[in-house]
Amino acid sequence: MNQILEDLAGKFETVTWEVSHEQDVARLHVEDWFDFAGAAKEAGFEVCVDVTAVDFLRSRSERYEVVANLLSMSHRLRLRMIAALGREDPRISSLTPLWPGAGFAEREVYDMFGIVFDDHPDLTRILMPDDWEGHPLRKDFGVGSVPVQFKASHQVK
Amino acid sequence: MTDEKTLIKEEETPTEIMDIWVAGTEESQFQPTDEGSQEFGEDESVYRLADQFGRVITDDYVFDDEVEEDERMVVNMGPQHPSTHGVLRLQLELEGEVIRRTKPIIGYLHTGMEKTAEQLTFSQGSTNVTRMDYLAPLHCELAYSLAVERLLDVEVPPRAAAIRVLMTELNRISSHLVALATNGMDIGAISMMMYGFRERESILAFFEKNTGLRMNHNFIRPGGTAADLAPGWKDDVAAILSDLPTRLAQYDDLLRENPIWVARTQGVGVITAEEAIALSITGPALRAAGVPWDIRKAFPYSGIEQYDFEVPVGENGDVYDRYRLRVDEVHESLKIVEQVMDTMPKGDYRVVDRKITPPPRARIDESMEALIHHFKLFTEGFKVPAGETYVAVESPRGELGCYLVSDGEARPYRMHTRAPSFYNLQALPVAMADSLVADTVATIASMDPVMGDVDR
Repeated sequence: MNQILEDLAGKFETVTWEVSHEQDVARLHVEDWFDFAGAAKEAGFEVCVDVTAVDFLRSRSERYEVVANLLSMSHRLRLRMIAALGREDPRISSLTPLWPGAGFAEREVYDMFGIVFDDHPDLTRILMPDDWEGHPLRKDFGVGSVPVQFKASHQVK
Repeated sequence: MTDEKTLIKEEETPTEIMDIWVAGTEESQFQPTDEGSQEFGEDESVYRLADQFGRVITDDYVFDDEVEEDERMVVNMGPQHPSTHGVLRLQLELEGEVIRRTKPIIGYLHTGMEKTAEQLTFSQGSTNVTRMDYLAPLHCELAYSLAVERLLDVEVPPRAAAIRVLMTELNRISSHLVALATNGMDIGAISMMMYGFRERESILAFFEKNTGLRMNHNFIRPGGTAADLAPGWKDDVAAILSDLPTRLAQYDDLLRENPIWVARTQGVGVITAEEAIALSITGPALRAAGVPWDIRKAFPYSGIEQYDFEVPVGENGDVYDRYRLRVDEVHESLKIVEQVMDTMPKGDYRVVDRKITPPPRARIDESMEALIHHFKLFTEGFKVPAGETYVAVESPRGELGCYLVSDGEARPYRMHTRAPSFYNLQALPVAMADSLVADTVATIASMDPVMGDVDR
């Protein structure tokens, strides 16, 4: 492991480190999310490239995973932080105070998964309409279809 | 979800049939939420105001005249404005001729492609991602294919990698030509528009000859490419290589020192390096601010490290620098294309693993196994070992990443695209605060957002 990541690992003992296809991944507890991100930013990860989420509906006891990809331009290093969130009232602290660029991404995750980012300054829907019901990328949100009325469809009863 | 059957049962006269289903005509189940609105609110929070005024990172508030209250107004620009490059909507608060607050409102082209990707097999997935960034479809395919290959732990043959580099670099040229053309058109240099699209046509003709389509190629697929290059491709590439530099020189004659062009672009829409890094801006907008960051150099993919090229860097981060940077990048891409043409390795254009890529057409007639492999591949697809990975490539607009999660089935469990235009739009309030209304379109065009990429 890289020296910068080792220093980071020394500060947070509860973090599980793994290597996924040659990429460094830090699995955190939700409460460490913001502190770890702050330490990572100080260690040289100046860009938050991406924030997204995965919904493990039934396959895991902790339903959601929030994934943030960090990038250090100065050290040519990438780091992925992953935190698992519970089924009820998924909440995690926002990364926008550290990286304003995470703002759009966290709005997208909120829109698509209904995960609430605490301290996000502007947590509104971004891609779906304001009055949309549900969160489309959740696994229990059906793909759905638009009822297309073909000429013979009045026979459907 | 309104069921079709219940929808019709509720109607008393079933003879009256709607020709098309129109959203909102069914009885609404939707309750307005108090989640707030994307539009300017009545009482905005301090941060939201700072965001809309473009001073989240640094407060470079320069224009400070007192303006009468009746000169302040909110203007909607888009989503159907010809200069917003698709269905981008901006809310602008103006004080006279000066823009104070900006808010990009997006989602008008959202088609749920990440959800669609979960319904398609890994082999069908590249048809989906190619429709995201429709000006750089090959880059989308490349990011997706590299992610699938990393999960499969497959290395493509050298010829496949070289073809990928050739096609994506040509795609970068064609995308930058559109950016130059539309940027010219938005500021009033209409001839640039015609020239840019004319030169792009020669590259699209090359794509059509080799992939079968001008756009949405589905050419780069997990395991290699869909086909080998068409016979005579070297002559076509050589024609492009000999033609484009003279054309680029003509563009320089047209724009580079054109006093109107310079006056309209220099010092307009400035994004500093500090702001760009804080707002996750990548690609030409970041490099024009003076940060020499290119994924092709930092994390090389598809063997691009073998080729010799430079990373052009701007100084001021204004519209003019972004225009110059794109022209310089076209020159660098031409250098790469020339090297790929000269050193194109021989061999297979895809992995010879019948579980991933289909057998040659001729084998299907003679071999039962080949027929079974072909059938299984196109009906069930191939299974990808469980795991997760993130792969990024340098698209013409910046870092195009693909976060892929597999649970061991033939369909991705989750496919997320890190769309560069989506993040780059965050810079609009910063770039446009305290500038003139007339500079709005110049700034938007220089960011080169593709709404298919923003909304996915």
